[in-house]
Amino acid sequence: MTDLIARALIGAGILFYLAGSIGLLRLPDIYCRLHALTKADNLGLGLLVAGLVLLTDDLAVALKLVLIWLLVLAASAAGAHLIAGQARRGEDP
Amino acid sequence: MDGPALILLDALLILVLLGLASATLESRDPRRGVVLFIAFGLVLALVWARLAAPDLALAEAAIGAGLSGALLLAALRDEPRPEPGPGPEPATPARRRRPNLTQRALGLLCLGLGLVVAWAFVDALAVAEPERLDGQVLARIGESGVSNPVTAVLLNFRAYDTLLELAVLLAALLGILALGPERGGYAPAGPVLAGLAGWLIPGLILTGGYLLWVGAHAPGGAFQAGAVLAAAAVIRRLAGERSAGLPQGLALRALSLAGVAVFLGVGLALLVAGQPFLGFPPPWAGTLILVIESAATLTIGATLALAFVGGRPPAWDSPQQRRALNPARARNQP
Repeated sequence: MTDLIARALIGAGILFYLAGSIGLLRLPDIYCRLHALTKADNLGLGLLVAGLVLLTDDLAVALKLVLIWLLVLAASAAGAHLIAGQARRGEDP
Repeated sequence: MDGPALILLDALLILVLLGLASATLESRDPRRGVVLFIAFGLVLALVWARLAAPDLALAEAAIGAGLSGALLLAALRDEPRPEPGPGPEPATPARRRRPNLTQRALGLLCLGLGLVVAWAFVDALAVAEPERLDGQVLARIGESGVSNPVTAVLLNFRAYDTLLELAVLLAALLGILALGPERGGYAPAGPVLAGLAGWLIPGLILTGGYLLWVGAHAPGGAFQAGAVLAAAAVIRRLAGERSAGLPQGLALRALSLAGVAVFLGVGLALLVAGQPFLGFPPPWAGTLILVIESAATLTIGATLALAFVGGRPPAWDSPQQRRALNPARARNQP
């Protein structure tokens, strides 16, 4: 049962990655692309980590996985903010 | 041994690596080239991990992709931008010339050399004797004071090499200091980047300490730990602190010399005690290696950070100065 839920979560995570990648390639401007990338990747990685946490028996490994997700969340949010701010400053000097 | 999925993964990694390498070399826009180079380093780290060399994977990700990438980007910052356009430049059709005779000859020569090297490699694998180096290392690892074979080789069996590597780093550092005071920093960070730096830097310092400690029995060690400390310094400089957290004067000199000095000091002390130079007595080896690695971590971190600063670091900004420089924060504090 746990195995099945983990697989479903990982599959859903991969779908979000797919959507994010397609968005990065197809959306028209930098803001839309950032939107697709950060939202989809954060949620995708979150689901992936949730699935992997269910698959491991080791508490330390589970905590490390959650830590990775939190670090990526913080870094990608700040990175997206910086890129968007730079792009906006470039538009109206 | 490996299933088809893993073989497929390896083939994919090789293809992506080669594709990124050629895209990096072919890129006409240096900025794009640098970003591709960073991606190349990250994929290379994955390749090292697949080759069961996690030490190299860590070093490649931290130094090859992270710090070299930061250095290249910092070097590009001084380059005048071609044209500040909002979007990417319109793609100019690449002028593809037909390769001339010399280029063809060179290509054939490279192909021939590649075949010879590949043949020699396969030959070497076929006649591998039982007395390979890894066997010798593992046979005597009990005397080295550590249980991680990479650390045993670096800090005990081949300690001379590592001492000389640290001396090379010291020479590089002297070269950087000879450039004079550093030129200009980065704009002070807004609240978002400053907040992220406040989160990340303590975590990076903790990770550096962990990598140093764990190097005795698992992948890690002074070089990886030093690179992580340097990453913290790079983040600090990018967030507007011009000194990147490096000290000045005597403290900076002590930090730069610590690695070589402690290494040499331990070696000479062992000579005085009647041991060979850097011949650690087994009961003490673990402690001595940790002492040397601790000093080396600080020096490596300082050297790499100084490479990013690119000259003698200025004094730390006082909190008043920082507030005056940072309009975003000044607005919040009436």
